[in-house]
Amino acid sequence: MNAMYRRAVVNRLAFIDTKLPGWVSTLSLIGLIVLWEIVCRASSVPELYLPSPSAILVTGWDMIDSGELLINAKASMYRIGWGFVIGSIAGIVLGLATGFFRLAEAVGNPIVHALYPIPKIALLPLIILWLGIGELSKVTIISLGVFFPVIINTYSGVKNVDPLLIKAAVAFRASRLSIIRKVILPGALPVIFAGLKLAAGTSLLLLVAAEMIAAKEGIGAMILHYGDLMLTTKLMVGVLALSLLGIAFNYSLNWLEKQLISW
Amino acid sequence: MKVVIEQVGKCYQGSDGQIITALSDIDLTIHSEEFVVLVGPSGCGKSTLLTMVGGLLSPSSGTIYVEGLESDRDPVVGMVFQEIGLFPWRTVVQNIAFGLEETKLTKGEIANRVRYYIELVGLQGFENSLPRQLSGGMRQRVGIARALAIQPDLLLMDEPFSALDAQTRTLMQEELLKLWTATRLSTLYVTHNIEEAVYLADRVVVLSRRPGKIIDVISIDLPREGRDADACVTQFKNYASQIWQLIRKDAEEAIREGETA
Repeated sequence: MNAMYRRAVVNRLAFIDTKLPGWVSTLSLIGLIVLWEIVCRASSVPELYLPSPSAILVTGWDMIDSGELLINAKASMYRIGWGFVIGSIAGIVLGLATGFFRLAEAVGNPIVHALYPIPKIALLPLIILWLGIGELSKVTIISLGVFFPVIINTYSGVKNVDPLLIKAAVAFRASRLSIIRKVILPGALPVIFAGLKLAAGTSLLLLVAAEMIAAKEGIGAMILHYGDLMLTTKLMVGVLALSLLGIAFNYSLNWLEKQLISW
Repeated sequence: MKVVIEQVGKCYQGSDGQIITALSDIDLTIHSEEFVVLVGPSGCGKSTLLTMVGGLLSPSSGTIYVEGLESDRDPVVGMVFQEIGLFPWRTVVQNIAFGLEETKLTKGEIANRVRYYIELVGLQGFENSLPRQLSGGMRQRVGIARALAIQPDLLLMDEPFSALDAQTRTLMQEELLKLWTATRLSTLYVTHNIEEAVYLADRVVVLSRRPGKIIDVISIDLPREGRDADACVTQFKNYASQIWQLIRKDAEEAIREGETA
């Protein structure tokens, strides 16, 4: 006679559903800053190499107060704003065209794929030669950097639109323009946004690079300037400003995505 | 208006370069106010034929034309798809309005028309829902309303209920019959479900497989309403088994070849 064992059945998938409270993530960021502050205060790391968070904040406040930070931030935001808008609109429009029209695809795709691998910053000297050292060359280089990821994503987004939806649209006699506007564009939107987010990172990179090469104002120029002067705290204020700019940028794109893609 | 399918064939180039004949020598007329159902085993080309009638695919041979329009224009064709094909970013109202937006109707006229068809298919209260918020049956109601709203000369339905569960399917068949009796549209309906075919059709067209040919056309001589009632049960079963005998061998072959489409 066998012994009668009794075992409760437990959910072995429970670990996937584990939920942590929201403050854990906040705490991790605060923890890093506190740790950084402690290291700076407790050890003899000179401010030249690693300024403490509190020192950066105080200096940052002074730079806001003097207007220096705002002037530079404004110059940078103007460049990245226009560059991003122009580059992404051109990328979306041409991506829709190359994705939808066979002729545009045959003509456009080889050009896009030939130019895409060029690191755009390598074109800056050429663009300065063509367009001068002013704002136009900086906006152009950012636009170029944004354009390529956006056109490539838009193209693949168009290709990934459910063929059934195009079939349905044609069955209901939609014109070519209606198909693009009412089916292809919304259908490709999720992938287009993936491209825009990718491009946001690229645009920040190109902004700083362009400002470091040729600009009087702008956060990139400011960072380089204080680096040369070995004023590390002020340099770090610039870095912090860039990080905030990047976060704000990403946040706005996420917000816009939620507004536009509600289904 | 009637649709005439004359000597239509369709060939594909297979992946190994071989020519596959999906359909050959199809001769069929869909008369005015007639409900024609195409049945056949998987891979008999029934959906292909429907797609060609809808003008979304060209036949390799033969012609398809409509006759008896009151003016020289393209026929208005309403299509209902198996996978429904609603636009996920459009609400119920906007989905039903899609076909109407391509016509010359004003916004007010479109709104009135959409409201009428929402009531007809029983979607009141879901006007502003998105497709993902609806059940399969509700979604296909939207699909049907979208096709009816353009007031088509011809209604094409490609296995509209095959993605639904059996209970929903039965209810939807009943509702479709009611809708059809109210509109009496010339209809071509594709299904692989024999009972569904006998339940809905004036005539059932039975297709063979590889190449798809018409084996038989069976007129269903039963009253439109109440075909599932006890009075008709023997005749209903006779029709169903007659059709099943016609396609059984092909259906078995289809399983062995692992054909799904």
